[in-house]
Amino acid sequence: MAAKDSTEIEIDLLLEAIYQKYGYDFRQYSDAHIKRRITNRMVLSGCNTVSEMQFQLLHNKSFANDLLHDLSITVTEMFRDPGFYRSVREKIIPILKTYPFIKVWHAGCSTGEEAYSMAILLTEEGLMERTTIYATDFNQRALDDAKQGIFSNNLIKEYTTNYQAAGGRSAFSDYYIADENMAIMNQNLKKNIVWANHNLVTDSVFAEVHMILCRNVLIYFKRELQNKVHKMFYESLIKGGVLCLGSKEGMYFSELKDAYQDLDSRQKVFKKKY
Amino acid sequence: MGYGAIVIGVSSGGLNALMKILPSLPENYPLPIVVVQHVSPRSDGYWIESMNRTCGLNVKEADEKEKIERGNIYMAPANYHLLMEKDKTFSLSTEAKVNFARPSIDVLFESAAEAYRDELIGIILTGSNSDGALGLRKIKEEGGLTIVQDPETAESPSMPAYAISTSSVDHILPLEEMANFLKTLGESD
Repeated sequence: MAAKDSTEIEIDLLLEAIYQKYGYDFRQYSDAHIKRRITNRMVLSGCNTVSEMQFQLLHNKSFANDLLHDLSITVTEMFRDPGFYRSVREKIIPILKTYPFIKVWHAGCSTGEEAYSMAILLTEEGLMERTTIYATDFNQRALDDAKQGIFSNNLIKEYTTNYQAAGGRSAFSDYYIADENMAIMNQNLKKNIVWANHNLVTDSVFAEVHMILCRNVLIYFKRELQNKVHKMFYESLIKGGVLCLGSKEGMYFSELKDAYQDLDSRQKVFKKKY
Repeated sequence: MGYGAIVIGVSSGGLNALMKILPSLPENYPLPIVVVQHVSPRSDGYWIESMNRTCGLNVKEADEKEKIERGNIYMAPANYHLLMEKDKTFSLSTEAKVNFARPSIDVLFESAAEAYRDELIGIILTGSNSDGALGLRKIKEEGGLTIVQDPETAESPSMPAYAISTSSVDHILPLEEMANFLKTLGESD
């Protein structure tokens, strides 16, 4: 084994400390990504080395919270990748329509924009009344924001563009109430969304569902961990259930790729074989 | 000293600049080439297909976890950061824009410098922002070779100029000489 440089050793130890003290397991996240996030926090916090961060992590609660928050990517948007949502309307809704009740698991929902997007889409397709969306994330801060459903008004223009491009059937403004700073999502959109803290790395299957959305979460995981999570998704999905990944994620390397058929290969929508 | 990869960062005026370099490289060129070209988040990637038709090397979008191998020119996908890992594979990230850009040149260059150390060649071409200057400095710090397009020959000179003023670069070359220089580097490999 080639000798590791000091920073790599320090990062390994930091991730180990996070796991032992706080239970969050980042040890199988992509190295380059983790290094970037940690170095970022190091500069912001004025630490000179990752070892200095180690002390702060163990003895300074607010530092630990900030670091944990940094390690969870919360960049998201309403109707992100409009083409994907068009695909949901055209290819997935006809399948969901056949079920008397529908369970959707949105894994890694972050601040909830995509969960609300799905609630809007299902409302327009007349399916929301019989659907439960389980929106989960391990980042409690993001989840608390998601529950609020309050978004900065300067994002609304972009979200409206996305909504229209996604084949929206009414005015996007029907779904929120806005003042000059904030837009609050309609309460009835939340009615059938269950927000829950769930960690894909350390927690296990929690429900049997008809559809799983996990978009741009697995890209941060090393291959072995991706496979582990894919196994969990496979076990959670009913036969014929649908798995939706991010637009640049695929099943190419998954041990389970033969267990699914392409429903829309371009939009990374897969159907579990019967 | 054998090199293991070339990274290129380019922004406005990039397609013309790339067309003056990449099609000249032979299909047996010994180094993988990885490019961040700033594109709109909604770009459909068609430009990558058209570039593939004019190049001897295989031009494709980088897939996550894909092994980085010679014979290919990899383009960062629109709206994602592209990173290179120590095990010579790609990672993607959707984290916030860096220098108002996603993909960001700095993100690629910094991760590539960590992964390839002194076996990396970094190149900054035309562009009208400052992305890539810090990444190029990092490549230099790790012992890699750094090359910048002569701003005089750049459609947008500010990105090359920033890079030149941020670290001491090894070579400043007019766009016309870039392809031959890269061929020479390939031959010594």
